[in-house]
Amino acid sequence: MDLDFANVLIFLVVGCVFVLLNLTVSRLLQTRLFTEEKYIPYECGEDPVGDTRIKFNARFYIIALIFLIFDVEIVFLFPWGVVFREIGVLAFVEMVIFIAILLVGLAYVWVKGDLEWIRSIQSGSKESEVQ
Amino acid sequence: MELKPLVFYVFALLTIGSAVIVVTVRNIVHAAFSLMVTLFSIAGLYVFLQADFLAATQVIVYVGGILVLILFGVMMTSGRLDMKLKMERGQLFWGGLVTILIFALLLGVIRRTPWNVQEELGTVEGTTAQIGKAILQSEFLLPFEVASVILLIALIGAVLISRKEVREDE
Amino acid sequence: MLPVFQQFVQNPFPEFFAQAGSENLSQLVLEFLRSHVPFLATLPDPVLQLIAMLAVCVIFVAVVPLLPLFLVLAERKVSAHIQDRVGPMRVGPHGVLQTLADGVKLIFKEDHIPRQGDKILFIVAPYIIFACSFAVFAAIPFGKSILVSNLNIGIFYIMAISSVVVIGVIMAGWASNSKWSLLGALRSAAQIVSYEIPIGLSILAVVMLVESLKMQDIVMNQGGLGILSWIVFRTPFTFIAFFVFFISAIAEVNRTPFDLPEAESELVAGFHTEYSGMRFALFFIAEYANMFAVSAIAATLFLGGWKGIIPGYEFLGGTPGFVIKTMLLVFVMMWIRWTLPRLRVDQLMNLCWKYLIPISFFNILGIGIWVLIFQNDRNPAHIGISLLIIILGIIGAYLVLGKRSSQSPAPRASSA
Repeated sequence: MDLDFANVLIFLVVGCVFVLLNLTVSRLLQTRLFTEEKYIPYECGEDPVGDTRIKFNARFYIIALIFLIFDVEIVFLFPWGVVFREIGVLAFVEMVIFIAILLVGLAYVWVKGDLEWIRSIQSGSKESEVQ
Repeated sequence: MELKPLVFYVFALLTIGSAVIVVTVRNIVHAAFSLMVTLFSIAGLYVFLQADFLAATQVIVYVGGILVLILFGVMMTSGRLDMKLKMERGQLFWGGLVTILIFALLLGVIRRTPWNVQEELGTVEGTTAQIGKAILQSEFLLPFEVASVILLIALIGAVLISRKEVREDE
Repeated sequence: MLPVFQQFVQNPFPEFFAQAGSENLSQLVLEFLRSHVPFLATLPDPVLQLIAMLAVCVIFVAVVPLLPLFLVLAERKVSAHIQDRVGPMRVGPHGVLQTLADGVKLIFKEDHIPRQGDKILFIVAPYIIFACSFAVFAAIPFGKSILVSNLNIGIFYIMAISSVVVIGVIMAGWASNSKWSLLGALRSAAQIVSYEIPIGLSILAVVMLVESLKMQDIVMNQGGLGILSWIVFRTPFTFIAFFVFFISAIAEVNRTPFDLPEAESELVAGFHTEYSGMRFALFFIAEYANMFAVSAIAATLFLGGWKGIIPGYEFLGGTPGFVIKTMLLVFVMMWIRWTLPRLRVDQLMNLCWKYLIPISFFNILGIGIWVLIFQNDRNPAHIGISLLIIILGIIGAYLVLGKRSSQSPAPRASSA
């Protein structure tokens, strides 16, 4: 098992080395001629207006939250999936309970409309947010 | 392989080093990204403990989940993302004291615990199935089902709190 | 002629593999080095092992960046023919060297770092994205022994390492100091994490049947009955799971119709807007490598991996067969890209959270019940039942959906 993971580590390291190598070669070959305009963030030819780090939709955060809960659930489900056939009915019932409890959560956020992205537009309020 | 201890120390160093960066760096986004190195190297340390499933879980849940949440949170909390953190030096004494106390406590626990020491760990054939059986066939069944309730409460609670934020946004 | 062809299809490099009783590529290379390179054989075992592992990795690092070279050309040609054009024709015969020329151009291009951006994060982001996309290849079984490492947690490892890519995307978007980059990165992150759930659940459906996370076990489980023992056809639920997986995989690699993160009409190029030259090329390589990787994973999980379609014959099996299956899936991805329009953000999220995730949970329960009823799902009779249900389901779906779509008038303007 150590050797298997050593392979993974080597892949990660060699991947980084590859990037470094490419960037170095490119750095050596390229002609660098910097003008002031190149430093301006690209906005289709217009001069940028306002701050770049805009305040964005808080819904991204909610999606990440819901995702996290289900992510943990999936992690729990994998060991179960491996031994499920061996244990049989008991394991199935236990997992149905586990999933059912969490599906209540999904149903809750669904019914409450947290999965909706365009609610604000429907409710007629100002479209101040960025999607 | 003599390389193995070396790799271990590299991972240990990465864990501690990046953790130090997390708490000392002034740019909050840098701190969050530095946390990624910490969490990832901890997964590496799990591999050294032959806990392969746990290592992958660490990466999936912490790096792929919680860290994304932290980054979103950091980017959401203020309009000025490149705000610099102020380091309050006044709390150095009390903070240090608490840290030393906790460290002493942990050290005491570590020293008193009768560790199940094995000279040669050998190769463990996959921990996933063992974890599954431990969850489903033993005393861990109840905690496991309770975990789902906790996840449910966490989901509803977190959504409830952040929903206010969304409403205010609108 | 035919036997030679057959032999090639089964085993393209017979001499090299003749000695192979080995489980993975580094063992293979190790044995090769021991027997063919005398001056290396005198080295101590761990060093030789390390050399073998590095050699394997270097082979991959040489081959993986070549994939986009081919795939980009394929994409341009496929799109051209779909749109009744000829595509790139100038460089080389029939334009086959076009991407090579593009690559050379990109190496010579200057890459610059936005002055107000976050320089450190801007530089680090391509490393994370490329290294993680590349590390996925360590666990993909290309053939019986053509596999870098048969990890105990195989498919779970792939999920883990590919979930790190999100961090790189957010990092690139944030560091660029451009509105388009940041928006693209956030959209991309939200999309990738959302679609990770249906992907995880579809993988779980396979794991429940195979009882193992090892990639080779998953492939081995699909042998014996040829195409019938492929996991797609094993139960009606895995048939659905395959489509859920494939749709989510397209969303994971941010391709049309799920390419909102880099929607060129609104966000220029998404999170890598500010990247230029070789740095951009690395994102590009990672993107196409990802596309190949998810197709390869889909082929491994559901389409029999390197197992052939005719029992005992191993036709379309082995590494060539596996690559053909993968390329077919890649082709389908391209086909979809040039056929369907882009979704809206709300449609994207609805599709994931209100359709794919409930369907995936339904699948899990369905497979659980199927296994409890039929016990041995590899029994030909049970596969027959499953096939019958699948065919009836397809016909039923065609009747219901076909009727509905022919009744509905032209798509009405969005009232939302």
